Amino acid sequence: MKTRILPLITGILFASGTTSAASLDVKVTNLTQGIYFTPLLVSAHTSDAMVFQAGEKASDALAAMAEGGSLTGLSDILTGINANTMENPAGGLLAPVTSTMTSLETDAGNDRLSIVAMMLPTNDGFVGLNSWPIPTTPGTYHIYLNAYDAGTEANNELVVEGSGAPGTPGIPASPGVAPGTQGMGVTEMEENTHVHIHRGNLGDDEITGGKSDLHNTVHRWLNPVAKVTVTVK
Amino acid sequence: MKLFRLTLPAACLVLAACGSDNDDNMPITMPDDDMSMVDEPAPADPDPADPDPTDPTDPTDPTDPTPTTVELMITATNLTYAQPLSPIGVALHQEGQFWQLGTPASDALEVLAEGGDNSGLLALDVVQSQTSAAAPLAPGQKTELTLTHDSLDGQKLSLISMMVNTNDGFTGLNALDVSAMTVGQAMTYTTHAYDAGTEANSEAQGTIPGPADGGTGFSAEREALNKVAMHPGVVGVDDGLTTSVLTSSHKFNNPLMTVTITRTK
Repeated sequence: MKTRILPLITGILFASGTTSAASLDVKVTNLTQGIYFTPLLVSAHTSDAMVFQAGEKASDALAAMAEGGSLTGLSDILTGINANTMENPAGGLLAPVTSTMTSLETDAGNDRLSIVAMMLPTNDGFVGLNSWPIPTTPGTYHIYLNAYDAGTEANNELVVEGSGAPGTPGIPASPGVAPGTQGMGVTEMEENTHVHIHRGNLGDDEITGGKSDLHNTVHRWLNPVAKVTVTVK
Repeated sequence: MKLFRLTLPAACLVLAACGSDNDDNMPITMPDDDMSMVDEPAPADPDPADPDPTDPTDPTDPTDPTPTTVELMITATNLTYAQPLSPIGVALHQEGQFWQLGTPASDALEVLAEGGDNSGLLALDVVQSQTSAAAPLAPGQKTELTLTHDSLDGQKLSLISMMVNTNDGFTGLNALDVSAMTVGQAMTYTTHAYDAGTEANSEAQGTIPGPADGGTGFSAEREALNKVAMHPGVVGVDDGLTTSVLTSSHKFNNPLMTVTITRTK
């Protein structure tokens, strides 16, 4: 599997020094009515690294985040390239229409900001900001984020305990309104295996059975799904 | 028309607490948006309906010599396929917000979002200047509104409208800072779809005031959720909500409107 980050490490040590360190406040608001975010990863890194890119295959580390919310793999890679990273500022799930705030001190050269978190309940959906150029001018900046699909797991929309591990199909948890049960499964195929804009949950209107364990009046969303407010000090 | 038959209790109008970083307007200069800021010269033709404040025969206010010094022209386009937008209301205010994500809707917002009646929001104590369109804005259509005030100092602009083929969906601009606008300057925004969180999105017969149903607009009881959020979209009978009166034609996506604000005086 192609990784966007690992092949780029060699160039990192020589790329820094062109931009100076910065002090940021980063506020993330979940704009959705019924979708939860798993612990957020907020990272400033160099311009030649990317956590994800639409149209490319997800790295194993990104898939682990998108399918189960695990930040371990991404965090290890980011540490390896001397990124400045803050994990889990909300101290757990970020509930619908709530916000969390974190501060980030960036080293010289780490002039791109990326943010990811898995969206629950989805199979491999995540909210993402990819390599936003951190402005050098002090001020407050607003960014709206879209929902992506990692392209690594079929969107069967079945809630299955323990399915957060890569390779195990299913949605690992559905916080909030209790999901349905015994759905047949929306699909077993993931035809687009590259990172793409999420097509949204389908859901159905049956508590038991039907295609999906999700509810079509609760678990859908429209983009954007998050708002990020960055204050450059 | 069934949409706007509601009467408002006059004493129920409270604004959400102020917090300017919670507004959620979407300027067209967003880095992920390919449209660019519009900066047009002021239109040449004055509004012929505008009364002349110096006209001694004008009976409206013969004692007040203060001329109108600021005029904003607001142009709004309905970008949806089949969601008429209830008569658009615009207001200038220095404090407050018409809504705040994550908190319960005010009673006045609930009335707008469930029934399309903007009169409660426009009558809020904080509102210093306001106007409303006379009729709903049909899909694909454009409307023009004019706001006047003696000064823009500290003024924010809010614009509000219901997607009438929804249970409690609305769109608009929330406390947008217009205080620094210069004569001739124009700003263009797109608007998001919000859900007032006051009425469940059942899409059931009798619950939607728009032409898709002709049902009830405002009702005082609130759903358990009771928080303003971004709208998740309508489902419709074609997409698996078997009890819905809506069809695929009533679906929408962001953005809902394009709004251009031009300072003309």
